[in-house]
Amino acid sequence: MGFKSYCFKKSLWLFHFGGASCNNCDIEILDCLTPRYDLERFGMLLVGSIRHADVLLVNGSINKKDKPRLLEIYEQAPKPVLVVAIGACGCTGGIFAEGYTFAGPVDKIIPVDAYIPGCPPKPEAILAGIVKLLGKN
Amino acid sequence: MGTNLFYFLVYPGFLFMAVIGGLLSWFDRKITAGVQFRKGPPLLQPFYDFFKLLLVKETILPARGAKGLFLAAPVFAVFGATMAGVFILLPLLNITSGFHGDLIVIFYLLTIPSLSYVIGALSSGNPLAAVGASREMKLILSYELTFLLVMVGIIIKSGQSIDLYQIIHVQQSGVPFIGSVSGVLLFIVVIFCLQAKLALVPFDMPEAETEISDGIFIEYSGTPYAMIKLSKYILFFILPAFVMAILMNGTLLEGINILWAVLKLVAVVLLLTLIRNTNPRVKIKQAMRFFFVWMNLLVIIAIVLAILGL
Repeated sequence: MGFKSYCFKKSLWLFHFGGASCNNCDIEILDCLTPRYDLERFGMLLVGSIRHADVLLVNGSINKKDKPRLLEIYEQAPKPVLVVAIGACGCTGGIFAEGYTFAGPVDKIIPVDAYIPGCPPKPEAILAGIVKLLGKN
Repeated sequence: MGTNLFYFLVYPGFLFMAVIGGLLSWFDRKITAGVQFRKGPPLLQPFYDFFKLLLVKETILPARGAKGLFLAAPVFAVFGATMAGVFILLPLLNITSGFHGDLIVIFYLLTIPSLSYVIGALSSGNPLAAVGASREMKLILSYELTFLLVMVGIIIKSGQSIDLYQIIHVQQSGVPFIGSVSGVLLFIVVIFCLQAKLALVPFDMPEAETEISDGIFIEYSGTPYAMIKLSKYILFFILPAFVMAILMNGTLLEGINILWAVLKLVAVVLLLTLIRNTNPRVKIKQAMRFFFVWMNLLVIIAIVLAILGL
């Protein structure tokens, strides 16, 4: 493992994209940053601008209005950027998969590096998913 | 020539300041985590962040904007911070005695980082960056006068001396300036000026994360953002060191005094961090009022007391 990839893994900055979510996954993502779970001990920070982000967290079902916005956010991110689909809606579409406004799960629109299923996934599951993401690269 | 290059680039210049500043930045984040009952990042976290931004990430230039100025602004920021730091640390660490009137040069050099952030933000062409830049300019206008008046107070207390070395020497042969009533008032004022200069929380509206998503730095990514981080680390070391030099007796680099010097530096940084963690962000109007009315009043009282010899 080279110096560059070591530094990259030690300092992943997160940017949160919420699609047409029911807000449960948003709350669970924010739970990871609270004192009980504290993602900052792995060097992760929630950043305000996509230009600073290394990981794009996507949750919620992506409908036709969200799709161009998600694509634009992905194109604005400086590469390399990792994409994590969170929750049943992000991974597969969940109960919205049959809906007429549904524009496909996240991996039909942008390449996804890790899937964290659950409705909503517990903070422990999100932490486990991120640890697996770190092991993959 | 060779020794000068060594002073500017290695010790006490660029490299030394970057390493100490990174460690102090870690200290700040760890204390913040402690205040919020978290565990906090590992020791080398600021360096991981810096090298990730410098080596790994892609640099994106704004499509509609002055690209050259956008890239030059972070370099100016690092340059200003480094030069100011060298002129502060040479007398402070007792390496050379500086030159005549270096207090004024330091005052000017310390404004360069903030000004170049404004230039970089305005040349990016992003509306949120423009909002941040306008706030940063208003903040500069508010705290610069107060900071200058603090310098006036220091000059009066040191017996009309505008050399940093002389100011430190006066304190070391007598009592430190913070040991008097006017010195305490000047210390309170200069801590708030530092808070605004470093854009820490009561005065962080130029880069308000939750409000205008990093404001002046919104368009920066990759290497230019790494340079901005570097200038922030350097400023986080040299501004507390400057307070140490002008008010708290400077440093004596022999025996137990090295420990006192480190403790004084850490104490000033701890104070800044605790103020940052226990205060909300104020509006720009409130910040301007705070500096123009209350801080200027306090510093003028301090100057009058200093003239009276208290």
